Amino acid sequence: MTAGGTTSVSREIVESGQRAAERSGESAGGESKRAAFRVWRGDSSGGAFEEYTTSVSEGMVVLDAIHQIQAESANDLAVRWNCKAGKCGSCSAEVNGMPRLMCMTRLNDLDLEKAVTVEPMRAFPPVRDLVTDVSWNFAVKKRIAKFKPRIPDAPDGTWRMAQSDVDRVQEFRKCIECFLCQDTCHVLRDHQKHDEFIGPRFLVHVAALEMHPLDIENRAAELRQAYGIGYCNITKCCTRVCPENITITDNAIIPLKERVVDEHYDPLRRLVRLFRRKS
Amino acid sequence: MATQVVQLRRRKWGETMRPDLWWIEPLIVFTILSSFLGYATWAAFQNTHYAYGNYLSPFYSPLLFSEFRESWFGPKPGGWPGWLPFSPALLILPFPAGFRLTCYYYRGAYYKAFWSDPPSCTVGEPRTGYRGERSLPLVLQNVHRYFLYFALAFLVFLSIDVWKAMWFTDPGTGVRHFGIGVGTILLVANVILLGGYTFGCHSLRHLVGGYVDRLSGAPARKKAYDCVSCFNRGHMRWAWASLFMVAFCDIYIRMLSLGIWHDWRLL
Ligand code: SF4
Ligand code: SF4
Ligand code: FES
Ligand code: FES
Repeated sequence: MTAGGTTSVSREIVESGQRAAERSGESAGGESKRAAFRVWRGDSSGGAFEEYTTSVSEGMVVLDAIHQIQAESANDLAVRWNCKAGKCGSCSAEVNGMPRLMCMTRLNDLDLEKAVTVEPMRAFPPVRDLVTDVSWNFAVKKRIAKFKPRIPDAPDGTWRMAQSDVDRVQEFRKCIECFLCQDTCHVLRDHQKHDEFIGPRFLVHVAALEMHPLDIENRAAELRQAYGIGYCNITKCCTRVCPENITITDNAIIPLKERVVDEHYDPLRRLVRLFRRKS
Repeated sequence: MATQVVQLRRRKWGETMRPDLWWIEPLIVFTILSSFLGYATWAAFQNTHYAYGNYLSPFYSPLLFSEFRESWFGPKPGGWPGWLPFSPALLILPFPAGFRLTCYYYRGAYYKAFWSDPPSCTVGEPRTGYRGERSLPLVLQNVHRYFLYFALAFLVFLSIDVWKAMWFTDPGTGVRHFGIGVGTILLVANVILLGGYTFGCHSLRHLVGGYVDRLSGAPARKKAYDCVSCFNRGHMRWAWASLFMVAFCDIYIRMLSLGIWHDWRLL
């Protein structure tokens, strides 16, 4: 959380932002624009939107505006951020109702005629203002069966893998754990099945392990029971919000659902397995 | 692990901070799917005007019984109870209908459009209870791959219909000769679009290779998997295009049979 700790940094950003604004104002020959932001202020006991206005200039992102507001009119506004480059996954929030990374949401992609709403993620408990407690996710990750490689291919304890086999899981490894997909998933967001469903982020994680060419662990039974994959009703909202453009539903969740079908819902396959085991 | 997750207030049905017209997409899906369902049901019950010359409506193919033309088992079975409506389409349509109903793409789309579960991403839902596809009845969606097996067979039947749609009988001499009419082209397009839809099926993608983690050792399997994956990327578009086309083929042939439209022969 960076309510106070980042003030000096944000001041620098404000100043550099203002300089940029002045520059762009000069070159365009126009005046600097002001935009309104409705920011959720509160904590786990409740809260409300408060409206702030601040000057905006070309190239600014929502996080810049939030930092400016923090510097100008709300010093105690809590916001979490780190890299400002869409790589750390810290600045997740809901901008105009959609889960977004604040540092990657450009103001010129938003309608600034109306106030832009910025609120914390709704699938997790609010800590303060835009900061939520995402620790549930880390607890979930610990429950997932770890990577279990087959015995080494070479006597020196190393393995051989074909690039084309690794390519398939490479996509899943792009995840920055921003948890925007968890936030948008209605199973968590609206139905609060946190105890029974691990959410799209961890289905991506399971897919990365399960489809790995070296891994020999079978997670189908857990997927069905403990991980609750059946709760996903493939509405693809997670895929829509992923800042890393991971095809969560089509490439991770549905193939895992099919693996669960193989083991638990396909009577013909069961029969074949039964005979194979006997023979 | 019991987690106590205290959240912000749950949003009510249709409540959202999204300023865009989020309801348009589910509304379009709802309108198209219910119109298709309405038309297909009506057409299936007609038991007439489903063929014209060498064209057979895809809603009635394969033709198991028919009073009017060559079919697999001849006319309607003798012992059929009089009170029960009969149409050969009703016997075969459950298969393609089940295929689409359990299709992963359509599932996601109609859960939103017909069941508001959710109405659209990050929009509040009407119900608090939720079971998803984990228990009955929706756990039955997992039969999808069985419908796929039938869908693959239907592609063969429809291709045979296309072949037949290329052979026209001269009304004067009774001689059959090769030709192409607008109807032939429509039936070809129907098979191509249905093929694109079926070959991009998620279950097929799994069965041809998705279940294997090391495809590099099986080049033919890898090719098949890549090919299905390629169709799969456009699965939504194939799904809608093939839906339109199958309905339009029926409309076209019905119109020809009713004498309202006339088939235009290109060859
Ligand atoms: S596709 Fe599944 S996991 Fe993704 S948001 Fe929808 S219900 Fe959640
Ligand atoms: S899968 Fe995408 S949206 Fe989900 S946590 Fe990873 S990067 Fe974020
Ligand atoms: S600050 Fe790191 S992703 Fe936004
Ligand atoms: S997933 Fe759409 S047809 Fe199988």
